[in-house]
Amino acid sequence: MASNEEILAGLAEIVNEETGLATEAVELDKSFTEDLDIDSISMMTIVVNAEEKFGVRIPDEEVKNLKTVGDAVSFISNAQA
Amino acid sequence: MSVPVLKQAPVNPNTRILGLGAYRPDVIVTNDDVCQWIDSSDEWIRQRTGIVTRHRAAADVSVIDMAEGAAREALQKAGIDASQLGAVIVSTVTHPYATPSAAASLADRIGATPAPAFDISAACAGYCYGIAQGDALVRSGAAEYVLVVGAEKLSDVIDNTERTISFLLGDGAGAVVIGPSDTPGIGPSVWGSDGSKWDAIGMTHSLNEARDQALDPQGLTSRVNSQRNPAHGNTAHGSATLTALNTAEAAVTEAAIWPTLRQDGQTVFRWAVWEMAKVAQQALDAAGVTADDLVAFVPHQANMRIIDEMVKKLKLPETVTVARDIAEAGNTSAASIPLATHRLLKENPALSGGLALQIGFGAGLVFGAQVIVLP
Repeated sequence: MASNEEILAGLAEIVNEETGLATEAVELDKSFTEDLDIDSISMMTIVVNAEEKFGVRIPDEEVKNLKTVGDAVSFISNAQA
Repeated sequence: MSVPVLKQAPVNPNTRILGLGAYRPDVIVTNDDVCQWIDSSDEWIRQRTGIVTRHRAAADVSVIDMAEGAAREALQKAGIDASQLGAVIVSTVTHPYATPSAAASLADRIGATPAPAFDISAACAGYCYGIAQGDALVRSGAAEYVLVVGAEKLSDVIDNTERTISFLLGDGAGAVVIGPSDTPGIGPSVWGSDGSKWDAIGMTHSLNEARDQALDPQGLTSRVNSQRNPAHGNTAHGSATLTALNTAEAAVTEAAIWPTLRQDGQTVFRWAVWEMAKVAQQALDAAGVTADDLVAFVPHQANMRIIDEMVKKLKLPETVTVARDIAEAGNTSAASIPLATHRLLKENPALSGGLALQIGFGAGLVFGAQVIVLP
């Protein structure tokens, strides 16, 4: 089970891989769409890769609730618990 | 009692694709054209789909016309006369008659009669389903040569103002002739379905519902809306449709009655990227080859972003040429793989004889993949 810091670091790598954004830019309070300019297709790619990396399931209907990086970290953390 | 011994058809150990043909209709629809119908931009569409143009057929060009164009080229390239065909298979979801099949008519037009002829309904996996069947028919000895066609006139089943799928779609046809070979030319098909996701891509409503709606516009509209979108029962969308129908504007009524395609893009994208990369890998494994052995990757041309993601997931080396016909042709469902292969070979003739991984996936949900030797 990963700590929140590890989840954030892993997520930042995934975002970097998909969008080219620097990993440091991926912070807990950043909004995926507004701050990081991630579109819906990139978001699905990030979700798919996060599922693989963290061994969790993120249902389609849950994705719209993951507005910030922090939301995603919390969801993954809870799903792993 | 002595039972006479039956004769069974001798089998062919190997098959391959002998010739490939394509038909691209000549109406070009640009992103700017699309933006007259939906609130979008050329940049937005390119960024999210990779599509720049799509080809669409004129009103007087049918699915069978396009299938015939592709079939004639495939036969000519294969050096096979239509009379030698042991079966004619057409994959399509847009032949406008439930019966008779497009294939029977096509067989007659090209001079393949009395070859058995039938259609396959496997949407964007239709071409790979056709290859699976053509390969099986030839290897089993049931047919010596089989014509497999993917042909679609998707422009007949779209609503240009709809935002989930219509703007992606184009028309066209591709065809191949499969026959016996001295060496293996078609790897094992990895194909299947997941009907639990039947509503991820499909028509807005059935033909029966369209008939009932034509007879009783108001009654059926409310029934369809409550069945299809229980959550939206009598919400804005439902009442807007009713209001439109009440105005009795012919065009609006027709659009509401005629079933058109729509999809749940998010579900489809995730399934395509995640599950289909696994299927593609299984096709490589089944054929006993690795990504390094390929010269080309020809996925169904659904969305450039899906193609990019699959390339990453499969860890394809840069030596593999990836088919990206979608930029120019849009998504043509069952026709997309043969059309993309046709372009690939036209632009890179040296790929002929090399191994290509092809994978189709779509409404059903259904999927099919094979490694083939490029003709």
